[in-house]
Amino acid sequence: MELALSPDQTVLAEAFGQFFRRESTSAVVRRAEPLGFDPTLWAALSAMEVWGSDATLSDLCVIAEAAGRWAAPVPFAEHAVASRMLGWPLLVTGEVIGAFAPRISDDRGMWSVVPAGAIADVVLGFDRTEFVGISSPPPMTGPHNHACAPLADRSARIGELTVLGDLASFERASAEWKVLTAAMLVGISVAALEMAVEYVQQRQQFGVPIGSFQAVQHGLADLPGRIDGARLLTHHAASALDEGAPGLCDIANNDITDPHALASMALLFCGETATEATARSLHFHGGYGFAEEYDIQLYYRRARGWALVQGDPALECHSLADRLWPNRLLDALGGG
Amino acid sequence: MDFTLSPAVLAYRQQVREIIAAHHTPEAEHEQHASGTFNNPALNRALAAAGLIERAVPGLGAGDPIELWVLFNEMEKSGAPLDALAMAVMIAGVVHHVGTPDQRAQVIPAVTSGEALICLGYSEPDAGSDLSALATRAVRDGDQWVINGAKMWTTMAHEARWVILLARTDSSLPRHHGLTMFLVPMDTPGVRVDPVHTMGTERTNATFYDDVRVSDDCVLGEVNGGWRVMGVALSYERGVMGGTNPGVPLLRHTAQWAEDSGRIAEPAVREKLARVAIDNHVAALLTQRSAWIAASGGLPGLEGSMTKVFASEAYQKASRWFQEMAGAEGLLQLQEPGAAADGWIEYDARHSPVTTIYGGTSEINRNNIAERHLGLPRMRR
Repeated sequence: MELALSPDQTVLAEAFGQFFRRESTSAVVRRAEPLGFDPTLWAALSAMEVWGSDATLSDLCVIAEAAGRWAAPVPFAEHAVASRMLGWPLLVTGEVIGAFAPRISDDRGMWSVVPAGAIADVVLGFDRTEFVGISSPPPMTGPHNHACAPLADRSARIGELTVLGDLASFERASAEWKVLTAAMLVGISVAALEMAVEYVQQRQQFGVPIGSFQAVQHGLADLPGRIDGARLLTHHAASALDEGAPGLCDIANNDITDPHALASMALLFCGETATEATARSLHFHGGYGFAEEYDIQLYYRRARGWALVQGDPALECHSLADRLWPNRLLDALGGG
Repeated sequence: MDFTLSPAVLAYRQQVREIIAAHHTPEAEHEQHASGTFNNPALNRALAAAGLIERAVPGLGAGDPIELWVLFNEMEKSGAPLDALAMAVMIAGVVHHVGTPDQRAQVIPAVTSGEALICLGYSEPDAGSDLSALATRAVRDGDQWVINGAKMWTTMAHEARWVILLARTDSSLPRHHGLTMFLVPMDTPGVRVDPVHTMGTERTNATFYDDVRVSDDCVLGEVNGGWRVMGVALSYERGVMGGTNPGVPLLRHTAQWAEDSGRIAEPAVREKLARVAIDNHVAALLTQRSAWIAASGGLPGLEGSMTKVFASEAYQKASRWFQEMAGAEGLLQLQEPGAAADGWIEYDARHSPVTTIYGGTSEINRNNIAERHLGLPRMRR
C-alpha cells in the first residue's frame, strides 16, 4: 500500500505544475477563448514528450491534474486517449491532434458535440458496431459553449477510416478518457479552493477578513476532504486500468476494483466535486466572482463543461449501476 | 499509488471476516436491537481467542495501524456492533502509552481477552464540544481523590469494567491545564449509571459520581495532564477505528430490497444506488488513507476530520434518499412484515442523525479543517 504519488510522479507533478503555471496563465486561457485551444501551448506541451507510450495512465493523471489546475486550453484527455490507442508517430509528436467522442454516433453517423472535435485531425469513437478512428479536416471552429472548449460535431463515416476494435475496446478507451477527465477536474477543484482561500483572507468586510467568518470557513472546510477523495478515486481507477485485471464489484464488502466501475465513479465524483468547489469559491468571491475579470469564472464554466460533454451524469449512474448489479437488473427485467 | 493490501493483511482480513460471519448472527443482532446494548460479547471473545484484538491495540499490537483499521472496518461493513470494543481497544492503547505497570497489567489483558469494556467519561450535561469547560471535580483528601460530578453519553457504562474520567483537579490553572484523567472501576462505591434511551435504539447512559474515592493508582498519566492523555486517545482513534463506512450495510440491505421488489429496474432507484456506492467507495479510500498515514508514522488527525465529515453526511443523505425511495414501506421497522429492506432502511434513518454529532460534531471538525488545514484566520463567530 502506498497512497502518495511515487517519487517519479512527484517529479512529474512538480515539473508540469511549473510548466502550466508559466505557460497557461490566465492571459493565455482568456486569449484562447472562445475556441479554447492555444497552438503555442500545445506545441510546448507536446515537446515535453507527454504522448509517448511509456507513461502509465496514472502518470498521465498527474499531468492532467496540473493541466486542469491551470485550465490549460489543450485537448489533454482526448489526445492522450487517441495517442495511446493509435500510437501514430504524428500523434506522439502532437503534429496530428486526436479527439475522442465519448457518446456513440447517431443515426446520421454523426458524433455530436465532440470534445476537441473543433481542432482534431482524427476523431475516435463508436459507430454502429465498431470502434473507429476517422481522419478528416478539423473545422477549427465550433459552437460557442459554456466552457469555451473546442467542441464540434464530427462525422463518424466521412473521412479516412481506421478500425480500432469492438465495443470492449471502445469501453476501455472510454474508461481512460473518463479517468483523465476526472484528473483534470481534480485540478479544477484544487484551483477553486486555492483561489477561495486566498481571496477570503484578503477581502475585508466589517473590519476583518471574511475568511474569519464561520459561515465562510465551513463552506470551504468541506472541500479538501472531497478533493482528496476525488484524487484517490481517480488514482484508484487509473491504477486498476494500468494493472488490467478484471477486478471486483463486491458491494457487500464495499470492495470495488473493477476498472470500468472505478472510471465511471471517478468521472461522476470528480465532476460533482469540481462543480461544487467552483460554485462555493465563486460565491465566496461575492460579486467579483461573477465578474469576467476574476479567474474563478473560467474554472466555474470548465468544471461543468469538461464533465458534461459525455452526457447527463444520471445516465452514467445508470450504467455504473448496471455494472455493480448486473444480474439483478436482468432478473428484475425478466421478472417484469 | 498502490491500493492493494499485503498477503498478510489479506489473510488477517479473511480471518476477521470468517469470525464475524460465524458470530454476527441474526439472533445476536436481534438481541442488540431488543436490549439497546450494541455489543456482541461472543464476537469479541472469538476475535480475542484468535489473537486478533491483541494484534490491533494501538501502539502495542503488531498489526497496528493497518490491521486495526481492517478489524474495525470489517466489523462496520458487516453491520456488527463495534463501538464498545473500539473504545476498549483504544483505551488499552492509551494505558499502554501512559499507564503504570500495574494499570497495564490489569487493563490490557482484560481488553485483549475480549472480556472487559471501558467507557468514556468526557462529555457532561453542560460540556460537550467545549469539553475544557467541564465541571466534574476531583479533590485531594489525604492519599485519596474524591470525585464529584456527572458525565453524559457514557455509552456501555452499564457493561463496562472501567470508565476513563476527565475531571478538574486544579481550578487555579487555565482551563485545559487543570484536568486529570482517572481510570475508575465502575464498581467503586458512589458511581451510579442511569440509562438514556435514544431514537437510534441504542442505549447510552448518564453517570453520576458522588464522593467517589479512588487512590493515586487510578490516575492515568500525570496529575493535571488529563488533556494530553485525551489527546493520546484521540490520536489513536485517528479515524481508522470505525465510524466512516456506515453506508455499506445500508447500501447492501437497500440493493437487496431493490432486487427483491423489482424496484432496481427503475432508473431513479439505480441512480441513487450508484451514487451511494460512489460515496461509500470514497469514504473507504479516505479511511484507508488515514490508516496509511498512521502506518507511515504520521498523525492523520485532520484527514480523520475530513473523512468523518464526508462519510457521516454522505450516510445521512443516503438514508434520507433510501427512505424516500421506499416510501410507506420505508417507515416500517425491523421484524415488521412488509418492511422495506426488512426494516433496515427505517433503522438507518433513525440512527444516521447521531453520526454528525458524536465523536466530534461536523462543526468542530470543520473548525479544525478551516483553521489548521486551510490556514484561515482564527474564527470570528
